[in-house]
Amino acid sequence: MSDIYPAKLYQIDNLRLSLADMTQKPLIGAAPRLEILKGLSFDIPKGEILGIVGGSGSGKSTLGRALVRLLEPSSGTIKFDGQDITHLPETVLRPLRRRFQMIFQDPMSSLNPRHRVGQIIAAPLKLHGISNPKQCALEALDHVGLPRKFAARYPHELSGGQRQRIGIARAIALKPEFILADEIVSGLDVSSQAQVLNLLETLVKDLGLTLAFISHDLSVIRRLCTRILVLHQGQIVENAATAELFANPQAAYTRELLDSIPLPDPNQIWT
Amino acid sequence: MSYLSIHNLSARLKGRPDQILRRVSLEVAAGEVRGLVGESGAGKSMIGKAILGTLPHAVEITSGQILLDGTDLLALPPAQRRALVGSKCALIPQDPLTALNPSRRIGPQITNRLVDILRWSRADAEKRARELLAEVQIPDPERVMRSYPHELSGGMRQRILIASAFAAEPKLIIADEPTTALDVTVQKQILKLIAAMQARHGTALLFVTHDLGVVSKVCQSLSVLYAGIVLEDSTIPDFFHAPKHPYSRALLAATPKYTDPDGSLTPVPDAVIAATRAEVAAADRSAHV
Amino acid sequence: MLDGRSAIKRKLPARLVLSATWLILLTLAAIAAPLIAPKDPLAQDLFLGQLPPFWVQGHEPGYLLGTDSLGRDVLSRILYGARLALTVALTAGTITCIIGATMGLLAGFLRGWVDVLISRAIDIWMAFPPVLFSILLIAVLGPGLSSIIIAIVVIDWTRFARVIRAEAMTQGAMDYVASAQVAGRSRISTMFTEILPNVLPTIVVLLTLEMGISIIVEAILSFVNLSISTDDPTWGGMIAEGRTSIHQAWWVLVFPLATLFLTVLSFSQLGEGLKDRFDPVLR
Repeated sequence: MSDIYPAKLYQIDNLRLSLADMTQKPLIGAAPRLEILKGLSFDIPKGEILGIVGGSGSGKSTLGRALVRLLEPSSGTIKFDGQDITHLPETVLRPLRRRFQMIFQDPMSSLNPRHRVGQIIAAPLKLHGISNPKQCALEALDHVGLPRKFAARYPHELSGGQRQRIGIARAIALKPEFILADEIVSGLDVSSQAQVLNLLETLVKDLGLTLAFISHDLSVIRRLCTRILVLHQGQIVENAATAELFANPQAAYTRELLDSIPLPDPNQIWT
Repeated sequence: MSYLSIHNLSARLKGRPDQILRRVSLEVAAGEVRGLVGESGAGKSMIGKAILGTLPHAVEITSGQILLDGTDLLALPPAQRRALVGSKCALIPQDPLTALNPSRRIGPQITNRLVDILRWSRADAEKRARELLAEVQIPDPERVMRSYPHELSGGMRQRILIASAFAAEPKLIIADEPTTALDVTVQKQILKLIAAMQARHGTALLFVTHDLGVVSKVCQSLSVLYAGIVLEDSTIPDFFHAPKHPYSRALLAATPKYTDPDGSLTPVPDAVIAATRAEVAAADRSAHV
Repeated sequence: MLDGRSAIKRKLPARLVLSATWLILLTLAAIAAPLIAPKDPLAQDLFLGQLPPFWVQGHEPGYLLGTDSLGRDVLSRILYGARLALTVALTAGTITCIIGATMGLLAGFLRGWVDVLISRAIDIWMAFPPVLFSILLIAVLGPGLSSIIIAIVVIDWTRFARVIRAEAMTQGAMDYVASAQVAGRSRISTMFTEILPNVLPTIVVLLTLEMGISIIVEAILSFVNLSISTDDPTWGGMIAEGRTSIHQAWWVLVFPLATLFLTVLSFSQLGEGLKDRFDPVLR
């Protein structure tokens, strides 16, 4: 079978997720549930770079956090490498976690301000009993193109782009099969944005990673992703290969997204 | 003659030698829309704050002039300066979530400035607020004026802030990254709205942003800032067709453009950064001689 | 440009130096009280009652800060009183801190029923008037050093718990906590390795503040005669006695009061100073 179809790393079937809406909570009794993901089904084949695009409130970050099981879905299934991880308890998940990692949007909040960079990268390695974590952490720094002396620094001593590289180093140090990148360049200047994207592309190739890249910005995704999932209000409105999506967007919302991107070109006229 | 003209404006952190603004000069003609572009830390927001007199306490202006319609703001006593800036200038802020007071209704937040500072009658101010809310395409202005900020979406709140900025018919509006916190689809509507309002009222606009795409949609000219220095001063067509400074060229190349066939991104080359930094250092040296 | 930041040496804040110096001197003096105290703090001599301090006319050599109405040496009594004050400050402060901070961390980070339980306990606790509560407690437990410490801990743990709970909640919402979970760290381990270092500066400030408060509470209890046995010198007891003779012998009141004031102030400044100096996150 794997001869005809590439092996599926993730299989997601009718995924639903609702959270308690605390703003609407009555004085007594449970808060009403707010359905954020409304029945999503898709696969992520091994080696794919999947872009997940949508506006605020589209559920893209929630979907991402469900994929790495920071959130537990209400119904549906998430299979990782054939294993159903939808409702696995944390203790059973823990050894599996090494295989799917995450890079966060805001490196300032995702790097513990009171730990040194070396410690930040090495801590997950220690947890998974990997031998020689310090050496591995230094190699991870090499991988993301930062000097080894950065291991002794605190996160606030680094620039935004450097911090995001630390986040990447922490994720790849565990040698995972899958990485979720949640809006990792949205806080960066264009120059560091291009650097981080190029770095990520190289790493994915070199390490044979499967990547899901969440972004609100289609123009950022074009270069990196092989396939794009467009989310709108908790539903998939389009799931297409990148070239196809840009050449011939099917869903009205995708077209609206594309039309709204301000191109750095004064000849583009907005209607 | 330019409505706003800034001459050799320098600023630094109090008690520290490092400069935030280095002899910045720029002009905004009456009714012109000028973009102020740069990466984070380039000092672009500081210029807006220097004009409005809202610089953080830790920042001090060391030299230069800010001429508003020929009057040097920096030479005025604080009270006079506030009165002048208050009647001639307005701000469209970056974050619509924090720019409105969460515990007060929308109506008074728009009319207060007109009534308390510009001495309008309450009825006139309310009438004006209703007209403006309709002008920024808010459905049912009456109801919105009675709402609290948390009952409205981010796009709605940004429309209200735009209405509020135009309320007293200022001659100059400073827009500080007004769409950065918004979704692209909402951003497009807001940018079109700002452009339309600007054209109708003939207000000069200083548009601070990091996004070259946004600049190309709303501005007529732009100044590129790096480390507190103005590297380039161009009209929009000139800049996008033939940027003069190497840093501008690199910045343009690094900006993603989904219509490019391969969508490629070129980071700003280290050599360009180094050369630009050297330029900054040389400017510092010549300033001290 | 960013490289310079880590290299900036933070100078020792003056308040840290001053407060630490005072507290170290006081501690050394308290430990060495039997060796350095010029007189026996309990020895009465009615012929030497209400002697003024050394720079005032009519003083007696050997009684540097004068004597009280029973002829006991004020300096010696302050030194012996420091032993009790510092013992209370250190033990009561530390125990309160450990109990309160643990409760706060558990409630704020684990949330759920743990939080409900602890938060309700805090709410109910805080509804008791603290002074009345402590007097009641001592009345039940009987006076004595351990009673004072228990009273302080029982009343003041909520102060820690509330502040640390709020802090732990803020930190718990940060992505580095999610990141630890992605890395496969258990909840309890995350609490110690990720949350604790970030609330530690607050804990230190509260701890030193609490030490100062413990001294005040002990002084109040001594003042109303609910501290340890009335014979042993306490600062609060001295202040109470000095109050009655303020017009004839001001020194009996002023010296213990000044010592108390400086010590409490030093504790609060020590905490802030430590935070300024040693928190790796520059503010």
